[in-house]
Amino acid sequence: MSFDVAFLLSTFVKLVAAVPMTLGLFACSVSLGAVFALGITYCRVSGGPLLSAFARAYVFVFRGSPLLIQMFLIYYGLGQFPAVRHSLFWPVLRDPFSCAVLALALCTAGYQAEIMRGGLQAVPSREIEAGRAAGMSGLLLFRRIIAPIAVRQALPAYSTEIILMVKSTALASLVTVWEVTGTAQRLISQTYRTMEVFLVATLIYLLINFIIVRLMALVEYRLSPHLRERPVSASDGGRQGEVHG
Amino acid sequence: MSWIDLIGFGEHGRGAILLWATGMTLAVTAASLAIGALLGAIISAAKLSASRPARWLGDAYTTVFRGAPELLIIYLVYFGGSQAVTAIGQWLNYEGFLGLPSFLAGAIAVGLISGAYQAEVYRGAYQAVSRGELDAARSIGMGTMLRFRRILAPQILRFSLPGLGNVWQLSLKDSTLVSVTGLAELMRTSQIAAGSTKQYFLFFIVGGALYLVLTTLSDRVFGFAERRVARSFRHSLGRR
Repeated sequence: MSFDVAFLLSTFVKLVAAVPMTLGLFACSVSLGAVFALGITYCRVSGGPLLSAFARAYVFVFRGSPLLIQMFLIYYGLGQFPAVRHSLFWPVLRDPFSCAVLALALCTAGYQAEIMRGGLQAVPSREIEAGRAAGMSGLLLFRRIIAPIAVRQALPAYSTEIILMVKSTALASLVTVWEVTGTAQRLISQTYRTMEVFLVATLIYLLINFIIVRLMALVEYRLSPHLRERPVSASDGGRQGEVHG
Repeated sequence: MSWIDLIGFGEHGRGAILLWATGMTLAVTAASLAIGALLGAIISAAKLSASRPARWLGDAYTTVFRGAPELLIIYLVYFGGSQAVTAIGQWLNYEGFLGLPSFLAGAIAVGLISGAYQAEVYRGAYQAVSRGELDAARSIGMGTMLRFRRILAPQILRFSLPGLGNVWQLSLKDSTLVSVTGLAELMRTSQIAAGSTKQYFLFFIVGGALYLVLTTLSDRVFGFAERRVARSFRHSLGRR
């Protein structure tokens, strides 16, 4: 196999043109999945026995079965019923992009809900009690005490899940969404240069994941100032004053 | 024909072939776990080694195989392997295209991914082994190999069990993607059954349910193994 730089470059340019589609799938499904996951976590943590059982079943089903079969079930399975084809959901369920987003979101919601629950469980009960003793309740307690601790705790697991989601968007190519992997396949059917095109596509995914890992590390750094070493300087006294003020 | 007949074991039922395909999924996952165990051991050794190039190579491997989409890795192994096999065929004066067997391609591809995850599991398990025990072994005169065999290996195997359970579950789901190479495992078989009967919903639900059975059962097996292994720990590790 000769090393054809011009071909690799033109392939790279063509595949980069499909990156917005991959990122679109990723952003839509992760944020929609987060909304679903919030609901499921709420059902699990503070719902009654019925809602809690629903949350458990949801997590069991969507984490226990493969994403590909969920995606095919939504894309091919639902369209089989005339009732679905005549309903107002049909414009959504007919479109490969929105089907892929829905499947990815439903799947990641199961994983994200478990991550959120883990984060909530890591909040020490004495901190909540202290907050209550200081007169906080409801949303204020959540915003000031629970959420900051839970988010910080859940962040590493959340970054892992986000990376998995970037990789999972490749499955959308199997329901005819032209993201990076799908475009790579189309290029291969035109050029028959399988290895080069797939290698360039892999490189693009690695670059995307590298950038996301860096960004998440930055967020983690910003959200955990208490774990960093304090700067030893004269301003240390002023810092304590800020805490009281 | 009712749906019971379709998934049953009768003349037109797909029950038997779906169960066979479930076995195929288990087989390809088990093969990939074995390949991954070998790779994972080598790569974790590289990551823990004193040599800088070896560490760099180990890190590069785990970054690439955990960062690239599983689907792409399967395509790369399947098509790349087939190209290599065809080249060998031409060298042996065989004209035409030769494909890598899809079972082998799938097991290698999922094994390459699993190896990256297993390397991290083994590395963590190695670091969990108490340094004091290694020093004690050295002080009574055990050599490197003996230390590995008597002190390190038994404990690494025990500590890595929970992590291996996670890797198994990941590989089980990755094995669905092997369906793109045409291997008649559970995903591919559900797809074919769905397509030929036009009962997409039914067969994807049945396929999904069979995957749920597999993941639940393997969860049980690993839970049992972990409880069993926890008995051998002197400390409260792994106990309730």
